[in-house]
Amino acid sequence: MSPEAARSVGWGAAATLAVTVLILVGSRNLAHFDAALVAYTFAVLFATFGLAYRYTMWLQRPPTALYWRRGWQAFLQPGAWLGNLASWTTRFASDVLANAFILRRDRSRGVAHLLIMWGCLIAVAITFPLVFGNLHFRAVPGDLSRYEAMVSGFPAFRFEHGSMVGKFLFHGLVWASFLVLAGVMLAVRRRVREQGAGAVQRFAEDFMPLILLFAVSLTGLLLTASYTWMYGYGYTFIAILHAITVIGTFLWLPFGKLFHVFQRPAQLGVRFYKDAGRAGEPALCRRCGHAFSSRMHVEDLIEVERKLGYTYEVADGEVRHYQWICPRCRRASFVTAQSLLWQGTRGGGSLEGSGALPMPRYANPGEGAGPLGAEDAENYHP
Amino acid sequence: MSVDARDARVFFVDPGRCIGCQSCVQACTECDTHRGRSMIQLDVLDRARSPQTAPVVCMHCESPTCAEVCPADAIKRTEDGVVQSARKPRCIACNNCVLACPFGVPKMASSLDLMMKCDLCYDRTSVGLKPMCASVCPSQALAYLTPDELARLRPAARPVNTFRFGAQAITTKVQVLVPRGAPVEVIDVTAAMHEPSLGHEVAAEVFDAVLEGADAPEGRS
Repeated sequence: MSPEAARSVGWGAAATLAVTVLILVGSRNLAHFDAALVAYTFAVLFATFGLAYRYTMWLQRPPTALYWRRGWQAFLQPGAWLGNLASWTTRFASDVLANAFILRRDRSRGVAHLLIMWGCLIAVAITFPLVFGNLHFRAVPGDLSRYEAMVSGFPAFRFEHGSMVGKFLFHGLVWASFLVLAGVMLAVRRRVREQGAGAVQRFAEDFMPLILLFAVSLTGLLLTASYTWMYGYGYTFIAILHAITVIGTFLWLPFGKLFHVFQRPAQLGVRFYKDAGRAGEPALCRRCGHAFSSRMHVEDLIEVERKLGYTYEVADGEVRHYQWICPRCRRASFVTAQSLLWQGTRGGGSLEGSGALPMPRYANPGEGAGPLGAEDAENYHP
Repeated sequence: MSVDARDARVFFVDPGRCIGCQSCVQACTECDTHRGRSMIQLDVLDRARSPQTAPVVCMHCESPTCAEVCPADAIKRTEDGVVQSARKPRCIACNNCVLACPFGVPKMASSLDLMMKCDLCYDRTSVGLKPMCASVCPSQALAYLTPDELARLRPAARPVNTFRFGAQAITTKVQVLVPRGAPVEVIDVTAAMHEPSLGHEVAAEVFDAVLEGADAPEGRS
């Protein structure tokens, strides 16, 4: 076993142990643990191990490790962390809670994602405490018209059976299912109708999570339908089917597309890294002399490439590493190298001149044809 | 659609033939995977003194640096060697790929928190059609041909797909055309880094070949 894998197994075991302890403490030493849900509990524990293992493996990749470190350094730099916390809150609300960037990518994609995400979050918020034995309900002593929610063995709040609060709480998973089903239908519609999506999608990566979420939601709804309108017809079978779909989803969670739920917050750290880069010294292209990125980013990339085994070092004493050439000058160098080979056949002569080579220009800097926004333009020269 | 080796088309790039018409840029915006945005990088190298334009598409490296430096595992290479644009759920818009690509290909759409790049019109090429850019390029600086078509239409050229950047050699799926007789197996990009662009007589070789009937424009998909 490689040292990276051994470290990841360690973190996976530690995370699983931590969740187990939380379950024991939260359920008052299993006093309130619902034995009927034990299969779900073990599925969650397995998923915890898998997620911690994969996350740790991921964090040990050279680029991820460096960004992880740099992101935290940028966030926690002395004197700035209060402002960073404020901007983190704004970015978290916009990117994570409101999915603003996904809506900008594609409205139907964004709406589908919002529905699925919030449906899953509500479902997780309801089921996990129940599965862990951290939440249970009991009748208020001496008042059978009211229920009391007990969180980790402590009374939290009381409500009337038939009140709106009660209805929402007891049917929370139904509402969550509706959200997920609507989102899944929108997502499938987009994947079936759009040629662009159709060209690059893969069954395991793109359809599997939708099928799993659909199965979980549908079997969950069937449970409600069974006991509400069908006198419990087929309830045991549906309950087993629902358990299989949910447990299957948990077991698959660390390996498939849904792992992005845990990777995605890295986007917030990247923003702080970029902020720090903009505030610092720029990188100057060693072909045309213009600024094209932050010096910190270029130096970090050189370190990452070396760790990955790339050898972009250049013998030229002034350039030293190909990473110091801006993307636009890389394209110019590539094309010039090919054109020079044809010089004997096609004619033409090298344009002699003094000083630095001129900065290449976009043939068409217009919207859609040139850079895709301000940052893209900066990459090629401010 | 499966095709055998003789029918399998290869993307050939011959930037020296580019006339800067921007047809590729406009055609690229039609691609369904990135509608309205062109993934072609088309630069004018020295506007004041040379007509040389530089059309650059993703070269689809066998060991893609962009994918290796991606902290989010967002860039995947298909079994048939196409390095796809960033997977949307994963890309965190860190800009590593944009800065690391030795050919300077990826673009960063900051408002979408997404890197975008040429994916060889996967919706078209995966079913045997030409990429949008190659289907409209009038000088066929970007050409998608079978080996037989290449031999017939470009008798003076042969493909090379290994490039040197400093000490690093990179091999690509997309191939670059060099003179048939040139003793070149690897194109040294960094050796040309400080070379000025050519003030060549625009595509004289191209038109001579057409007049001799050897380089007639091929049919379009």
